[in-house]
Amino acid sequence: MMYTAAALAIMITIGLALIRALLGPTVYDRIAAVNMVGTKTVILIAVFAFLTGRSDLLDIALIYALINFIGVVAVLKLVEHGNFFTDGKSATEVEKE
Amino acid sequence: MTLEILSWVCLMLGAVLGIIGGIGMHRFPDFYSRLHAAGTTDTLCAALFLLGLGFQAGLTLASFKLFLIFAFLFFTSPTASHSLANAAVLGGLQPKLGKQ
Repeated sequence: MMYTAAALAIMITIGLALIRALLGPTVYDRIAAVNMVGTKTVILIAVFAFLTGRSDLLDIALIYALINFIGVVAVLKLVEHGNFFTDGKSATEVEKE
Repeated sequence: MTLEILSWVCLMLGAVLGIIGGIGMHRFPDFYSRLHAAGTTDTLCAALFLLGLGFQAGLTLASFKLFLIFAFLFFTSPTASHSLANAAVLGGLQPKLGKQ
């Protein structure tokens, strides 16, 4: 009962964040919404672990927390630079020099 | 029994905070205020949920894992918010100021 209510509340929050991610309007709004979805997913997995009584699911929540952070930072760097720390050249162009 | 009530209180407070953050994502006018709504509620919401689950787990391996998740979220969530705001400023996004 307790875990079901908590999981429902988390899913409502995820839904609200997903609507914001669809509406935009800037790319940063979308990234903020996706970051929120990721954090709430970690909590949802943790609640689900207790709901089903399988505490090994907590490991997955732990991994997801790490991947979510690295993913958000990577996407931000991609938006900020337009490429991943190259100077805008493709690999074949670098080889020619 | 006491632990049960403490768990309920923590989980429901976390749920209310999360939904408030979700509503804040829609009612605020521009990106920076939306980030404020999302970023500030995220950390405390996660902490309250994990604390509520921790009361149920007791002193076991599961509660240690919950503490690890809390520690990671406690440091990475504000860092992600900061880098989001930083990227938006560098990207030239202007905040809405005054009545427009």
